[in-house]
Amino acid sequence: MTISTAVLDSRVMVTRSVRRSFRDPEAFFTALMLPVILMLLFVYVFGGAMNTGGDYVNYVVPGLLLLCAGFGAGTTSVSVAQDMSNGIVDRFRSMPIHGSSVMVGHIAASVVRNLIATALVIGVALLVGWRPNASPMDWIASIGVVLLFVLAISWLAATAGLLLGSPEAANGFSMILMFLPYVSTAFVPADTMPSWMRGFAEHQPLTPVIETLRSLWMGTPIDNQAWIAAAWCLGLLVVSIPASAWLFGRRTSR
Amino acid sequence: MTYTVTATGLHKAYGDHVVLDGIDLAVATGSVFSLLGPNGAGKTTLVRILATLLAPDSGTATIAGHDLVTDPLGVREVISLTGQYAAVDEVLTAEENLLMMAQLRHLPRRVARQRVEDLLVEFDLVEARSRRVGTFSGGMTRRLDLAISMIERPELLFLDEPTTGLDPRSREQVWGTVRQLVDDGVTILLTTQYLEEADQLADRIAVLDGGAIVAEGTAAELKSTIGGELLRIELGDAESFGRAVTQLSPERTDERLLSVEVPTDGSPAEIVALLARLEREGLVVRKVTTVHPSLDDVFFSLTERRAA
Repeated sequence: MTISTAVLDSRVMVTRSVRRSFRDPEAFFTALMLPVILMLLFVYVFGGAMNTGGDYVNYVVPGLLLLCAGFGAGTTSVSVAQDMSNGIVDRFRSMPIHGSSVMVGHIAASVVRNLIATALVIGVALLVGWRPNASPMDWIASIGVVLLFVLAISWLAATAGLLLGSPEAANGFSMILMFLPYVSTAFVPADTMPSWMRGFAEHQPLTPVIETLRSLWMGTPIDNQAWIAAAWCLGLLVVSIPASAWLFGRRTSR
Repeated sequence: MTYTVTATGLHKAYGDHVVLDGIDLAVATGSVFSLLGPNGAGKTTLVRILATLLAPDSGTATIAGHDLVTDPLGVREVISLTGQYAAVDEVLTAEENLLMMAQLRHLPRRVARQRVEDLLVEFDLVEARSRRVGTFSGGMTRRLDLAISMIERPELLFLDEPTTGLDPRSREQVWGTVRQLVDDGVTILLTTQYLEEADQLADRIAVLDGGAIVAEGTAAELKSTIGGELLRIELGDAESFGRAVTQLSPERTDERLLSVEVPTDGSPAEIVALLARLEREGLVVRKVTTVHPSLDDVFFSLTERRAA
């Protein structure tokens, strides 16, 4: 088994997973509606009561983006788990193909879905009055940050899907991903929270990613948040990629 | 004779629960070998081990010259698995499924396309080629599953309960497809819980029960192990039934139907003698029929013996 066949196998699997993503119109529609609805909800319903200094939309965009990425990753987790509970994975495993190619397919589809959602969040945000003061370099950097984060959370979600094995359990996991942003600096500054919660909010992985994006777009102070964000994302990748390879490759006990 | 599968002493347990208790197996090249057994006998576990999906606790096996433990990739090159649950992508169409699997077998693009066309025709899926597999009937899904397995002719094809859950017509269709593969000389390891299926398709049958092979042979050999013909005597009343049970030493009895089944060699002389004896003893007999043993009888007698 060579590198070139691994690339070939991965390409076939990417085609499969991307195709599957667009064959489920309901899920796809939900994934597209979510950013729009959340944006309107947070800006026009909650936004008036929020005091974050300046327009709330300027504060909330990075958090919403991560919330949508969490939703997208949840979808990935469920589709990996669906694969694992289906006969097709037994066929893949009993074929002389590169084991990681199945995962690569899922991750690629996840990234594609997430980037579409990200573009939508940014588009809607601009429509409702988001005015970032980012330079072109800031934009490029921020896209890099989003990409890294989406990759990390996708691998994490795929690994969880492998580990949990059933779509129902994976659904539970995606709920966690969906709620994690609420206890971060996504929607309100951490110093408005009770002290026990503030500790978690300040040190969980989403906060540095959000703060980095906010700084790139709005020019807020960054401190060492970018490094912490990068460390979290790379750390998740370093753990998730080999873990998923091992989980996929082990001869199951079903 | 050459063997595509040889296995010795395969053992698998989950904690205290022994699923396979030392399985020895030899499948002749070009034959259909059936593993027959009730649910939970260990059939699927054995198939999963031989298909490299599960590691055995101990024991060895060689598949077409590749060692299962030291060369699983070599094994994967020569096998194809059609599982109990159809191994197809239900969101994709029949054509997309076939093409994906052909590409994963690393066929060049044009060869892959041509092979997909041929298989769609061969497995009667041309009209359904652009439909999502999720909308297929059970029989069509299994046919697609088999077509995928035949993209490159495998040295060994696993058919794990290929007709479980199918209606009789679809079952006939799948059997027809399997017979074609047999005619092409594909070696098949078939698991089934249907005795008729094993009888119809298999050259050799191993009866698996409680993780062990309790009998092995051709269908005819297995049938002969429980004797030849049986004379089935339905008695007219409970008293006669009771006496028949004690005096005729029957192979099987049914208290509800008041029937006993007595072994015979099937010759007229022996049957006449037996009937004369019933007359002499003054038993009230309602009906007499001769019964050929089926694989069901073999199966029940083997599994009952263990249960007892």
